[in-house]
Amino acid sequence: MASVTYKNVYKRFGDVIAVNNLDIEVDDKEFLVLVGPSGCGKTTALRCLAGLEEISDGEILIGDRVVNDVAPKDRDIAMVFQSYALYPHLSVYDNMAFGLKLRKVPKEDIKRRVNEAADILGIRDLLDRKPRQLSGGQRQRVAVGRAIVREPKVFLFDEPLSNLDAKLRVAMRAEISKLHQRLQTTFIYVTHDQIEAMTMATRIAVINKGILQQLDTPQNLYDRPNNIFVAGFIGSPAMNFFPGKLRKDGGKLVVDTGDFSVTIPDKHAKVYESHAGKDIIFGIRPENIHDADFIPPNIEAEKVAVKVDVTELMGNEIFLYLISGKNTFVSRVDPRSKLRVGQQAQVAFDMDSVHIFDAETEEAIR
Amino acid sequence: MSTTTDAANKVSSAKQANVVAHFIRWFFYRARGDSPFKTILIHATLIVACIIAVYPVLRVVTISLRPNDTLLTTDLRIIPENATLDNYKEVLFGNPERNRKSDFFLWLWNSLSIVSITSVLSVILAAISAYAFSRFKFPGRSAGLIFLLTTQMIPAGMLLLPLFIMIAKLKMINTPLGLLIAYAVTAVPLTIWTLKGYYDTIPVDLEEAAMIDGANRFTVFTNIILPLSTPALAIAFLFSFMGGWSEYLVARVILQKNEAFTWPLGIFTYAQQFTVSWGQFSAASVMIAIPVMILFLYSSKWLISGLTLGSVKG
Repeated sequence: MASVTYKNVYKRFGDVIAVNNLDIEVDDKEFLVLVGPSGCGKTTALRCLAGLEEISDGEILIGDRVVNDVAPKDRDIAMVFQSYALYPHLSVYDNMAFGLKLRKVPKEDIKRRVNEAADILGIRDLLDRKPRQLSGGQRQRVAVGRAIVREPKVFLFDEPLSNLDAKLRVAMRAEISKLHQRLQTTFIYVTHDQIEAMTMATRIAVINKGILQQLDTPQNLYDRPNNIFVAGFIGSPAMNFFPGKLRKDGGKLVVDTGDFSVTIPDKHAKVYESHAGKDIIFGIRPENIHDADFIPPNIEAEKVAVKVDVTELMGNEIFLYLISGKNTFVSRVDPRSKLRVGQQAQVAFDMDSVHIFDAETEEAIR
Repeated sequence: MSTTTDAANKVSSAKQANVVAHFIRWFFYRARGDSPFKTILIHATLIVACIIAVYPVLRVVTISLRPNDTLLTTDLRIIPENATLDNYKEVLFGNPERNRKSDFFLWLWNSLSIVSITSVLSVILAAISAYAFSRFKFPGRSAGLIFLLTTQMIPAGMLLLPLFIMIAKLKMINTPLGLLIAYAVTAVPLTIWTLKGYYDTIPVDLEEAAMIDGANRFTVFTNIILPLSTPALAIAFLFSFMGGWSEYLVARVILQKNEAFTWPLGIFTYAQQFTVSWGQFSAASVMIAIPVMILFLYSSKWLISGLTLGSVKG
């Protein structure tokens, strides 16, 4: 159990900066997820912590100890790889015992710890098998088991679920969360899947192009994204963006996208007033766009005329792909909605839940 | 009496027809999908190729079994008339009547020890250096690899003189050590390439996992890389063993004393200035082939999996 600190960490590969001034403090027992698109530097950041990459600048601390020059084996961490990286020539038992044997842990201790971990993960009857005789999900469990037996200070996960099929992934997601509660240890988890990040993390670090975009709890990331990248990355389907202008119209603040304009309620107007007359990007999540026939009570609704392009029925909800002038966007409406493809209709924007970003800096206006 | 034989004949010919029918059915079952003509052509070619490959070996066996007075007969039978094991006896135990001592076991021992040590040595050396070539980036890495490859392009004949001079300067002419060094230096480059190619297919993840688990570079090498490379190591060992086992040219240059001879040099002592004891020459050749055949058969499992390595990822 230990905290982890990245202090102004840089990692350069030639001219490419893979990790750019990363500054993160991970508390003890926290479940931190590093999330971002492929090639954003999240895996590199994790490998730097594991000691598999040398950092170019800055400091990494595990607990109070600077580990820049500490060999991976002496960092007291365990890592689960995307490829599982099980030793093909060793049985499941020996795979799990490998690290303990190298550390000269007494045999009975090894046996006890391996059996305990195998019980937690439900792989007790697989201990004699070789990795090639296991299914993907079982291999995954063994890889996790190998990490557990080490009883490390920090667990690192590098996209551990991306080789599993969708159903198994959901199941393992829950298991890893349970494991975190059970072990009460610091977890650092890398994924490109924002759903994994949202469901498991106590805090999420969103990274893009090597730069930390936002570090916050899942709910805060969702509700108050710092910039357009985070707003677009977190949430599925993604937030809709409309380039436009903020203008004053008879004392009211109005967002004008060229195709439609919506009025910002007075209670929110104060925040955006400084940007009146400037180019902005207007963002709204699909679930905040309602069918005009099914507007929930107590919201500030602004109606917009649209044409329905595609409908996707999900059972408990309907995704509508809508067109308004040059803008196409998605809404997630009540399943009772009667809107059909090709229809001209009205939808209602929930103006209490809009996000407005500076067009130039792409930062949220607050 | 004659009727019973007739009946027996009928039964046996019926049996024969049955067997032939079976064979034809089996043949066409094997050949399903291909035209019979194509199948017959393929099989005919294969059979001819087999005969071409096997015939010289059979001839050697035949000659080794012939009594000395019928050596030059043009008879084509595989087991000759009056077949005898005299040649084998003479090769193994000498001939007290003609006051000839046998050095066969000495040559065999020389060959076996030199070639085994060479193979083990070159596999050890290559296993370590191939790991460096496969995993580390260092100045001169690719130049080194290309240099190793080019050494394989020089024919052995060209290396003879420089090898001889070097070994002579090291005062190792006529010593097994001299030949051992000569063999090792020629075997190592190819072995490095073979093993490097294999190491490249072992995922680096495994090593990284081991290093996080508590291994250092050396334990990673001994606990992960080596056990996973058994097929490649076996192949490398086999190639250097077979390369050295039947080598004549370099041995001829470096070894000049009978006691130091390896078997390829040894059996040439049967070919003297005026007479060649073809019978003994052949008998010795047959016996020499046996250890390699055993080794080959024993390791064929690895050989096949080794040759297709890289196509399948574990």
